[in-house]
Amino acid sequence: MGTHETQRDQLCTEDGKKTSVSRTGVLYAVLSVLFVVIFLYSVTLGRFSLSFPELFNMFWRKMFHLPQTWTDAAEIALFNIRLPRIVAAILVGGGLSAAGAVFQGLFKNPMVSPDLLGASTGAGFGACVAISLSFSTFGIQISAFICGISAVLLTYGIAKFVSRSSNMMFTLILTGMVISTMFSSFISMLKFVADPNNKLPAITFWLMGGLTGVNLEQVIALIIPLGVAIVPILLLRYQLNIISFGDQEAKTLGVNVRLVRMLLIVCSTLLTAGTVAIAGMVGWIGLIIPHIARLLVGPNYKHLLPLSILIGGIFMMIVDDLARGLFSIEIPLGILTSIIGGPFFIYLLFKGRRSYE
Amino acid sequence: MKLEITNLTCGYRNKIINDNISFALESGDIICLLGPNGVGKTTLFMGLLGLVDVVSGSVRVDGENIRDWSNKRLAKTIAYVPQAHTPPFAFLVLDVVIMGRNAHMGSFSKPTREDINIADETLEKLGITYLRNSIYTEISGGERQMVLIARALAQQPAFLIMDEPTANLDYGNQARVLSRIKELAASGLGIIMTSHSPDHAFLCSTKVALFLKDRSLLIGSPLEIVTEKNLQQAYGIEINIIPSRLSNGRVLQLCTPVI
Repeated sequence: MGTHETQRDQLCTEDGKKTSVSRTGVLYAVLSVLFVVIFLYSVTLGRFSLSFPELFNMFWRKMFHLPQTWTDAAEIALFNIRLPRIVAAILVGGGLSAAGAVFQGLFKNPMVSPDLLGASTGAGFGACVAISLSFSTFGIQISAFICGISAVLLTYGIAKFVSRSSNMMFTLILTGMVISTMFSSFISMLKFVADPNNKLPAITFWLMGGLTGVNLEQVIALIIPLGVAIVPILLLRYQLNIISFGDQEAKTLGVNVRLVRMLLIVCSTLLTAGTVAIAGMVGWIGLIIPHIARLLVGPNYKHLLPLSILIGGIFMMIVDDLARGLFSIEIPLGILTSIIGGPFFIYLLFKGRRSYE
Repeated sequence: MKLEITNLTCGYRNKIINDNISFALESGDIICLLGPNGVGKTTLFMGLLGLVDVVSGSVRVDGENIRDWSNKRLAKTIAYVPQAHTPPFAFLVLDVVIMGRNAHMGSFSKPTREDINIADETLEKLGITYLRNSIYTEISGGERQMVLIARALAQQPAFLIMDEPTANLDYGNQARVLSRIKELAASGLGIIMTSHSPDHAFLCSTKVALFLKDRSLLIGSPLEIVTEKNLQQAYGIEINIIPSRLSNGRVLQLCTPVI
């Protein structure tokens, strides 16, 4: 248990504060290096193989506008296909992890994932409708994004109406379950009536998740909602610490619980709907990554949130590398995250048993 | 400073719990709130803290109605010490105490060096500096209660509202917490606490508020209010009050049920 080791370290030293700061610092440094290494490795990986020297040569010459020494195919593979895809993986991993960490604090439950209020199934439904209506890729993403947000708004609105003032969180969870189930029924319905020759496979494939064919424009379109959402979350993370102690206590400590909670739900929903729109249904990330981060630095969102984002990015790059490189055909991301995520979560449960008892 | 509760009627939707309650708390006072389960002690606290609907009446601090105060302003004036509980996440004790500084921080800012220093000072004031780097969920109930008191003090309030500060504590820890509460009042805080032991009223309070079974409230000095007759009316059992002298020379009333 990382956290408990930290505390023991601190008690053993005269200046506990310094020990903890440096340990967290080391953690940030190690993970940042890991991030860069995996990023560079991911760039070289793929059917069109690029070596590290070639890669550096390419960046170097691009930066100073020196003459091209590589083929156009290499440039297209790198800048139009590979880089956007890797950046998308980082954004999806980081975004889902941040949303998961926020939801776990907000609902005071470490077993919560960011699709709790229906964002993922809503977005999935939006995508299925768009695919059925033969929208463009971009149209599918917009539809997914809008439906994901609408599903959460629906959950929030109903919960607010039902609960009035008492026990909003409990009602939210139950309403979220209902809305999620309804939207997955809608998805099943669409699959049932979809043309089995072309629409049904497209829908099924989309629902399994993946970053195949992500281009630069899509990545830029994803950066906007993610950027808008991540800033308030980072700024409100100290108040999120307090809210994880309970709404009433947070109020007496001076937190405007209703406003902060609404802002955090809106921002997390932007993150979730945005990532699902571009990558499809990628489960487990939002549940597992905050757990890993919590084992490493403890529950204080001061470090938990930035580390979740960092680890989420790293994890997603690795999973996408596996998806691309493991077999000659690409494996859908959602399948991989479940296969890796399930056993890994059980391992975490064993390792972190103490913190749930 | 003076906290005045005037004709306060509050409760949940469609259900009035506290009806027409009036009393006042001044800096240095300790009001011990007694009464059987379910008469609305906690709801009264919720009313003072703006956590339930106030139907009529008012809560005023130095004459100013707190109804329209922001959560932050209220938190800087009145701090709440809930009963010790186990939150779902294993925060450090220091982090928990720093949460008390929230009311003094900007909405988007992080705790400063000064906030951390104040948190450290309150830990030291309560004699629990040794808990600083422990994990809040792993310390004992008595220690957790002290940490929650430290968090409330970090708010630097004028008044403390304590919900059964001695609940679930062993005999020694109860006495330790009570003597801390006396020290805090002596340093100028106004304190309201609930208790299930009428002895606590004699031990440390300057005023007693006793809820009777019919939800009416008696207010006055401990000697006036905590009488055999009143306790019987409140709790529905026969209770004896025995004057005695402690080894330090203090004359104290002791209560015991007659069974």
